[in-house]
Amino acid sequence: MLILTCPNCGIAADETDLAPGGEAHITRHGPEASDDEFEGYLFHKRNPKGVHFERWRHAFGCGKWFHAARDTATLEVFGTYPAQTLEPPKALQALIRKKRPDWEGFQK
Amino acid sequence: MPEAVSSMAGAEFSGAVDIREDGLQGMVTLRGDLGDAKVAGAVKAAVGLAMPKARQIKKGKNGGVAWMSPDEVLLLCDHAGADALVAKLDKALVGVHHLAVNVSDARAMFTLTGTGVREVIAKGAPADLSPAGLPIGEIRRSRIGQIAAAFWLSEAETLHLVCFRSVGAHMFRWLENAAAADTLPGVL
Ligand SMILES: [Zn+2]
Repeated sequence: MLILTCPNCGIAADETDLAPGGEAHITRHGPEASDDEFEGYLFHKRNPKGVHFERWRHAFGCGKWFHAARDTATLEVFGTYPAQTLEPPKALQALIRKKRPDWEGFQK
Repeated sequence: MPEAVSSMAGAEFSGAVDIREDGLQGMVTLRGDLGDAKVAGAVKAAVGLAMPKARQIKKGKNGGVAWMSPDEVLLLCDHAGADALVAKLDKALVGVHHLAVNVSDARAMFTLTGTGVREVIAKGAPADLSPAGLPIGEIRRSRIGQIAAAFWLSEAETLHLVCFRSVGAHMFRWLENAAAADTLPGVL
């Protein structure tokens, strides 16, 4: 069972209190975007085996969105961080590099 | 004007713990920037209490206030006084981005008393119900079975629970079942 600590209210929330929001830090291109760009936004997800960044919502709790970094293979949670950011905090990236030396690093 | 009736009209149950539907309870949702001094001032003027910290619930002589999310508090007051409280908040917050709504009749509220109140809720909520996980004076929003609920303890053996009125009857039946006599072996 996945337990993520919501950075908005501080509760260590069970997976069943949360709603998944898919891959984090993806770019939705603007109104003039091409079909290919929109297709990429909708369908072309990274889906890695290993380090992954996701969006979650504390649906049954405070109701707010946040980000989580975890390993999709081991379910180890590296950390959670606020929704209002375009990339994972530097300290969290450093922690993940330390735990997963072969990680290719954060990619937009 | 039709007479107001609460979700379960004050129904009671006695089993492993005692359960009571609280009857008419005034509740006002206030959303806004909780860090704004004007918002805090409006709450203070409305119920006489300072803005709660994250997950905190406070009770006073003139009502209560509970932290619901980073931009939302729930004010507790007399059922008859809820509309006046909304008007008071709106007046105090002219020009300040906010939303105040009387949600009294959209909610159901229950009180559980007895030694095993934490255990009864723990049967259906994926929450840490231990005294360390949910200290007295802290409110937890989670779910009971399949339905959203918020609950807190005001004393060691007194637990309060709020849910949507539309599922109030279901909640009462769920609680009755979870609190059936002789179903808390480690406690009673
Ligand atoms: Zn939360």
